[in-house]
Amino acid sequence: MHPAFSVIFLTTLIGVGQGLFLALFTGHLYSVIKVVPMSADPQTFYGLGSLVALVFLGGGLFASFFHLGHPERAWRSAARWRTSWLSREVIVLPGFMGMLTLYGLVQYTAWNPVLTNLGPIIVDLSMVVGVLATIMAFALFLCTAMIYACIKFLQEWASPLTVVNYTLLGTASGFTLATAFAAMYAPELVRFYGIWAIIITITALFTRIASLIRNSRIKHKSTLQSAIGVRHPKVVQKAQGSMGGSFNTREFFHGKSADFLKSIKWIFLVLVFPVPVLMIMMGLSSAAFATLLVAFAIQYVGLLAERWFFFAQANHPQNLYYQTI
Amino acid sequence: MTQLALVIDLNVCVGCHACVTSCKEWNTSGTAGSMSDDNPYGQDPTGTFFNRVQTFEVGTYPNTETVHFPKSCLHCEDPPCVPVCPTGASYKRAEDGIVLVDYDKCIGCKYCSWACPYGAREIDEHLKVMKKCTLCVDRIYDTALPETERKPACVLACPTSARLFGDVHDPESQVSVAIRENGGYQLLPEWGTNPANHYLPRRKTRITIHEDELERVDNPLKKERRQPRPGFDEPTLDDVTSW
Ligand code: SF4
Ligand code: SF4
Repeated sequence: MHPAFSVIFLTTLIGVGQGLFLALFTGHLYSVIKVVPMSADPQTFYGLGSLVALVFLGGGLFASFFHLGHPERAWRSAARWRTSWLSREVIVLPGFMGMLTLYGLVQYTAWNPVLTNLGPIIVDLSMVVGVLATIMAFALFLCTAMIYACIKFLQEWASPLTVVNYTLLGTASGFTLATAFAAMYAPELVRFYGIWAIIITITALFTRIASLIRNSRIKHKSTLQSAIGVRHPKVVQKAQGSMGGSFNTREFFHGKSADFLKSIKWIFLVLVFPVPVLMIMMGLSSAAFATLLVAFAIQYVGLLAERWFFFAQANHPQNLYYQTI
Repeated sequence: MTQLALVIDLNVCVGCHACVTSCKEWNTSGTAGSMSDDNPYGQDPTGTFFNRVQTFEVGTYPNTETVHFPKSCLHCEDPPCVPVCPTGASYKRAEDGIVLVDYDKCIGCKYCSWACPYGAREIDEHLKVMKKCTLCVDRIYDTALPETERKPACVLACPTSARLFGDVHDPESQVSVAIRENGGYQLLPEWGTNPANHYLPRRKTRITIHEDELERVDNPLKKERRQPRPGFDEPTLDDVTSW
């Protein structure tokens, strides 16, 4: 497939936004059950943190419009949520953004009435809103990934690993950003976030490598023989029905060499996983905001490469009909 | 239930592209708007087409065979391109099984083209909506046309009648008979899309003739010819009989 930058930015940016919220709310929950200290200034930390997450989600939403031929009709895309994962994403994304806004406002204004008590745990409004937003954050990961994983003949994508990787990589980048953010606004939480960021990043390394191994062993079900229905081991295409190429030759081929593809793979494997992990470790010892922010930036750039590779690696069966590129 | 479809006979197609040009001519002048092109008369022309004819070479020289292969939307009975469309712009008509795109609803997200294993959908790069074969839905029901012309433009244009059009759910229709009797098959059957369009394979007309069919064993003439010839020192039959 030809990787479109609009979609690369959409999926990575909203991944950061979702991950950052999940990080904030994890910190919130942990402090409620008193596993970690309450941040000194929860109003700024959670309120401003939600705003940062919102900015990333908004950026992703903005990028997505560049993918559409008719962005002015985008509202129509909520219509088919019964069958289309894309439609579901279109509904869940603004829904999550709304819930996140609410969470940020409740935290920032500190208008947080206690709703009920679960034993020693006080359930207040921010917790209820946070739980709902968490459900929506995971639902959004599911929708985004299923857009790709549900196309069964794109065999590189049609796997539960796609969902796992979208979730883990988004969450990892969000936790890394949360670590940097905590270094600025809640130094007492830096360790907590940093360690989680490292754990999630390393888990994501394993699941991403699992999908790389799976994809390198894929046996494609379709062949040129089944595509045109001629039983002969040697079939060569001589003409593809166009001279200057067509939509089919532009949209479904990445147009880069195998070496380029391979180098992108190594770039993302290095930038997403070991480099940020090392930098977080360095940053943790000194709680250095700059180091942690750079760790996030590097991981994000790596994720752009990861997403590019994700798209480029997928081999569409329609390519069988377009072999004389 | 009706399922309109094309049956394309690869045994007959000569790769003349008449279906491509007539399709473009009919559909670019239709009410649904033009099918835009870039550099149509320059270098590297590219544009939107509903139908393309591709050419494949089968075998190794000198035992090769050229297969011309027209490809358009196959109007799958279980079309993977339809459920993925977020707007409902892509739909399959219940009454005749034609898969269509509503150009007024399409947002040009291209998701349906990813979900079609055949590469049958092409985005119009200027009008920014997804386009594909409509089976000339604006022709086949047009009562202003004489009955014989109520067929897709490609079918009418084909000089070798390699393209048949009809209802593949009616067992007695011309297309069903052709599929049944000439080994009609579907493309990429492994994905369960159940395409309505079928292709008829290349067929060689061969008759098997055995030796004994060329030379009759009990040929009476042969029996006579088999009579032993008299030797030079023997009297011929004439000598024996003319006394
Ligand atoms: S050929 Fe492609 S575009 Fe046509 S109905 Fe089948 S899946 Fe859809
Ligand atoms: S490009 Fe148009 S027809 Fe295709 S999925 Fe998107 S909205 Fe539907």
